[in-house]
Amino acid sequence: MSLLSVRELSVKFAMRDETVTALDQISFDLGKGERLGIVGESGAGKSITGFALMNLISQPGYIDSGSVTFEGKDIANLPEAGMRHVRGNRMAMIFQDPMVTLNPVLTIGQQMVETLFAHRKLSRAEAKQIAIVKLREVFIPSPEERLNQYPHELSGGMRQRIIIAIALLLDPQLIIADEPTTALDVTIQADIMELLLELCQSNKVGLILITHDLGVVSQMTQRTLVMYAGRIIEAGPTREIINDPQHPYTQGLINALPQQTPPGQRLKQIPGNMPSLTDMPPGCPFSPRCEYATDQCRTTLPDMVRYGDVEVACHEVARLQSGPTQEKSA
Amino acid sequence: MSSTEITPPSRWTRIAKSGMVHSFRRNPVAVGSMLVFLCIAMAAVFAPVIAPFDPYDPINMDIMNSEFPPVWIDGSDPQFVFGTDDQGRDLWSTILYGTRLSLLIGLCAVALQAFLGISIGLIAGYIGGRTDSLLMRLADIQLSFSTLMVAIIFLAVTQAMFGSETFNQYAVYFLIAVIGVAEWPQYARTVRATVLAEKKKEYIDSARVLGFGPVRIMVRHILPNSLSPIFVISTVQVANAIISEASLSFLGLGMPPSQPSLGSLISSGFDYIFSGSWWITAIPGIVLVVLVLVINLLGDWMRDVLNPKLYKG
Amino acid sequence: MLAYLVKRLFQAIAVMFAISLIGFAIQGNLGDPLRELVGQSVSEEVRQQLRDELGLNDSFAKQYLRFLGNALHGDLGMSYFFKEPALDVILKKLPATLELVLGATIIIVGLSVPLGVYTAIKPNAIASRIIMGISILGISIPVFLTAILMIFVFSVELGWLPSYGRGDVVYVFGYWDTNFATLDGFVHILMPSLALASIMLPLFVRLIRAEMMETLQSEYVKYARAKGIRPYRIYFVHALKNTLLPVITVGGVQIGTMVAYTILTETVFQWPGMGFMFLEAVNRVDTPLIVAYLIVVGFIFVVTNTIVDLIYGLVNPTVNLARMGA
Repeated sequence: MSLLSVRELSVKFAMRDETVTALDQISFDLGKGERLGIVGESGAGKSITGFALMNLISQPGYIDSGSVTFEGKDIANLPEAGMRHVRGNRMAMIFQDPMVTLNPVLTIGQQMVETLFAHRKLSRAEAKQIAIVKLREVFIPSPEERLNQYPHELSGGMRQRIIIAIALLLDPQLIIADEPTTALDVTIQADIMELLLELCQSNKVGLILITHDLGVVSQMTQRTLVMYAGRIIEAGPTREIINDPQHPYTQGLINALPQQTPPGQRLKQIPGNMPSLTDMPPGCPFSPRCEYATDQCRTTLPDMVRYGDVEVACHEVARLQSGPTQEKSA
Repeated sequence: MSSTEITPPSRWTRIAKSGMVHSFRRNPVAVGSMLVFLCIAMAAVFAPVIAPFDPYDPINMDIMNSEFPPVWIDGSDPQFVFGTDDQGRDLWSTILYGTRLSLLIGLCAVALQAFLGISIGLIAGYIGGRTDSLLMRLADIQLSFSTLMVAIIFLAVTQAMFGSETFNQYAVYFLIAVIGVAEWPQYARTVRATVLAEKKKEYIDSARVLGFGPVRIMVRHILPNSLSPIFVISTVQVANAIISEASLSFLGLGMPPSQPSLGSLISSGFDYIFSGSWWITAIPGIVLVVLVLVINLLGDWMRDVLNPKLYKG
Repeated sequence: MLAYLVKRLFQAIAVMFAISLIGFAIQGNLGDPLRELVGQSVSEEVRQQLRDELGLNDSFAKQYLRFLGNALHGDLGMSYFFKEPALDVILKKLPATLELVLGATIIIVGLSVPLGVYTAIKPNAIASRIIMGISILGISIPVFLTAILMIFVFSVELGWLPSYGRGDVVYVFGYWDTNFATLDGFVHILMPSLALASIMLPLFVRLIRAEMMETLQSEYVKYARAKGIRPYRIYFVHALKNTLLPVITVGGVQIGTMVAYTILTETVFQWPGMGFMFLEAVNRVDTPLIVAYLIVVGFIFVVTNTIVDLIYGLVNPTVNLARMGA
């Protein structure tokens, strides 16, 4: 049985004049201890997916339909009190910018201990002990002293480690990491990623890694989802997606990587921009930018179809799969 | 070859089409407040035309006419719609002229504050360094002493030094000057914050590279970008200026009873609430409150519209 | 910590110097001390002699230094009207004003925090809308008008509360006369305190509400929710402290405004405090008293502002006071 099962999850935003769909019927599974990457451009809906799993979408957003089954329970419809027991406890989140994630007026110790108190009955001394143990696991030197320090006294890298430690405090089954290294120095990014990978592997914790960085995804995850304009357009084993991308958008992403371009040549960009959620084209959202777009693409939304280990939502791929002699029409 | 250049929309078209006007029209409180404010302002501007009597003319100060109540109460005289004050002046006329003075002083004082504060804010923010620290330190000290306190002291001393007659002659100017000068820190701080934020942006570097002098950069490039916070605080400042002037006049340090603003009217009527002539204080009081209230409401609306990050959900 | 304190002290002293200078300048140019002492019908010779004796013909600097020296010894001149040392007159009136300010402060602090927090957490509740509506009305009515209104309603029409004076005051510790010891005294201080609080309370409610709402949108609050922390703790531990920090700063600035408002309130209620005394002194051109008032009030400002700054520095951990050196 999978740890997490998302089915047809839709998230909408009730704006002043209209309702905008931010996530359009997302479906995916995550097994116990499995590491899944969610990639896409800014605005594709990756972060919203993460928040939706925790039911933390802020107003005016809301979960419109679909189900999120975690550890066998439907949590999308859970009342707030019930959800609070899941958050931080069974499912933990790592935010993007450690500078603003920690409360500047509370000590590290207070912010760690309160998490334990929220979910367990412990004495303060016991809670402190657990905190110190976790701080050691993320290689923070002198953890006892750190407990009494304030966030602004520590470096960005240390803060993010602490946040990882907080995520592991209650031995959750799933960690959702939303762009955990984007706000950090390049030199520290690799360290943090390695740490996260090791901890997830040794504690057998599931990981959903949300990022725009394909390189990170290729090193950290076993499976990947590619999102575009609120939909999943390709899903499968990371290796296959990186080495043999099927969807034209994924191909474009891979081709745009500097490593793919011989030195001295222009980088291959995907022309155009992702459509804004208020201005979605009919049919496949990628059609305006796609070199293979046909009339069918512009009018009908493609379904996610499985080809071997990979699922792709693309008419062109469907055509290619059903017969290599089929011709492309402009 | 025909000219296919698109002329950019004029500033007025841009404002008219902007979200601000749209949001204004949908907000009944904002529209209502604006209407009331315009009514009051128009009445004040056209006071000499509308007022049935001239309250400054001694002919109209007949002690025999004093303390008539408003027309809806027994014992009134129909030519005095809102009754008369303790000196026999028609209250309606006096209120019209008084509102005129209050608005005049409020707006002029704020214009002065804005000019001083924006200039100092631009300079402090742009030059930075020691000048900035010094100016901001002065601003802090000035702020901690509160406008009203400074105004009271200044006006008290001025009145004692020059004597009542001279003081009353120039009262308007003194009031505008002191309220205008005392409140510069508000504008200065706001503008300075914007300058500091804008200074880092690339268009400032471009302007400098192109050889524009600092004054030109400050006025033509940075200033237009700091307009929205300036608008927001201006409404509050006008409201505060009107209240300050009313308070000062109430204390006898502002407009004299011979040239009354709303504040001095309220003051002169205060003693009479015990003997029953409540309208001398009450009616100017209501006008004052309504005027300040609608300005505050407009200010609140403007703050909501121009500051999208504060979501009121 | 020490460096910061020293810096603030220097600033405070510099400001006091400026105030004393201004006070002295006013004294020199306002009214004629000779006239008060000897009247009009004295010959010019005698006048000059008196001027020499009083040191009024000395240089500005010399007179100022004398003034300063006297001031530091507590001698701020003799009130023309009361024929007593100015400082004594002021100190006698001080408890009246301070108790008034105390009453108003209790009301403001006691009400603004709960109301501000409530309207921030539940902005759409009917109670919140009513509170905000009253608030905007409150800041639009000047202090003196609220005072007059209260007198009209509660004294003239209903006859419940007295409209002027301090009523029964009781002397405690030999010097301080308090309103809080008897029912009569309490009833007398009730309306003036409420009037004084009336314009600042809505200000603080709006401020706390705005700050709290912004804090509740911050990343660290979202993160706290993601950790499963209970809402009560999020509001009162995570959000409140961050909210109150800027409020402390604003509060410090408002102290000055509060003193100005006491003058207005005391005038309406004929409350025999420093503010009322000051206004009467102005009307009588009692220069020494005017100058003494300026200096005392200036001193109070400077002291309270410095204390507020220190409190802020101690409470806000990101200001490197309490932890490490400057």
